[in-house]
Amino acid sequence: MKFIDEYRDAEAAKRFAAALRHITSRPWTIMEVCGGQTHAIVRFGVDELLPKEVTLVHGPGCPVCVTPVELIEKAIEIASRPDVIFCSFGDMLRVPGLSKDLLSVKAEGGDVRIVYSPLDALATAQENPSRQVVFFAVGFETTAPANAMAVFQAFLQGTGNFSLLVSHVLVPPAMEAILSSPQNRVQGFLAAGHVCTVVGYEDYEALAARYRVPIVVAGFEPLDILEGIGLLVTQLEEGRAEVENQYVRSVRREGNRQARAVVEEVFEPAPRTWRGIGEIARSGLQLRPAYAAYDAGVRFREALSQAGSVGVEDPDCRSGLVLQGLIKPPDCPAFATRCTPEQPLGAPMVSSEGACAAYYRYRSHVKRET
Amino acid sequence: MCLAVPGKIVSIEGDDPVFRSARVSFGGVIKQVNLAYVPDAGIGDWVLVHVGFALNTIDEEEANQVFEYLRQIGDLGEMENEEAK
Repeated sequence: MKFIDEYRDAEAAKRFAAALRHITSRPWTIMEVCGGQTHAIVRFGVDELLPKEVTLVHGPGCPVCVTPVELIEKAIEIASRPDVIFCSFGDMLRVPGLSKDLLSVKAEGGDVRIVYSPLDALATAQENPSRQVVFFAVGFETTAPANAMAVFQAFLQGTGNFSLLVSHVLVPPAMEAILSSPQNRVQGFLAAGHVCTVVGYEDYEALAARYRVPIVVAGFEPLDILEGIGLLVTQLEEGRAEVENQYVRSVRREGNRQARAVVEEVFEPAPRTWRGIGEIARSGLQLRPAYAAYDAGVRFREALSQAGSVGVEDPDCRSGLVLQGLIKPPDCPAFATRCTPEQPLGAPMVSSEGACAAYYRYRSHVKRET
Repeated sequence: MCLAVPGKIVSIEGDDPVFRSARVSFGGVIKQVNLAYVPDAGIGDWVLVHVGFALNTIDEEEANQVFEYLRQIGDLGEMENEEAK
């Protein structure tokens, strides 16, 4: 397909890799924030093409992976109600809660539906006026305009039986949390191209200056990622720490103004707990008070406050360390043994963007590094 | 989750800025896509689509920049290969 295939040219990738070897003189550790990029890197073997001095570590950019277990439990509880049609992106259905997942709610008779777009959930609400339709609104800045628009359209059309269970997260606060950790070893970031398509990269400029870390906004195909790494290594070798944009076919500095305006209308920043990492200030979005009528957390508050969660997260799961780039999936003792996509202990093994799933799928021959 | 796929606008319906939508072809597979965030997009334009929304129009000229960069640094790589011989 146009704008995809030409960025997967293997010969061009090899030439890139040769050039990278030429410009790299010292060891550098680079984090790709986005789980989509992690999958491309592992799938196409981009990391195996790099000079041995360049280490890629995988970041927390998987919204399914970082959605806190308390919210999964809320989703399970709401989805179990007979008056509710619970709509979600498919990835969320198999994320383990404390005792079960959304898929088992569906198996037990709950009306849980996989949708492609939040607008499909809104249409479901309009087709079923006697039911409550709840959409599980997870995602980063890329998905926020879609979820904001679903609420905005519901408001304009007076669709009262539609609400969102919101678990939105933001990338820059997570990058800052990683940079300010005493364990940090990341020297440069590949920033996520589709997040920046929406919000631009002005916020990254302050981050690059404050932490003296180069940040390159990059696309998702192998050549995009290789070019992004090339730009980062060049900056690192020259001692620069600037924000550059590799993904120019999609990203403008200011992002998409229309999308930002609707997100700003509907959502406001909020503290958010990241599964495996902990709470980060102003790292999420919640519905503004004017749109509280569309907040499933508010709508079902009475029912939810009665509930006590039973069970504990599996202590063998090291997903918190994986999500912070501190270990790689094969370093986890449960990887590909107790934890597989069929029987996941943690969300990164479930999600199509999870680092554990990427290694399981494309590197299943790699067991624990010894 | 942040997957976004390029597609070409085949036809456009409606003119309300919030509800305007298009039929978009992804290599022949047609999907309905909301155009609220790309008010200037027209038939024949390439848009980047995420969960039913066009997030922007793709800049066809800029799309070739990666190959220009490759040509520049690729020359370095070839020099290195020559040195290795």
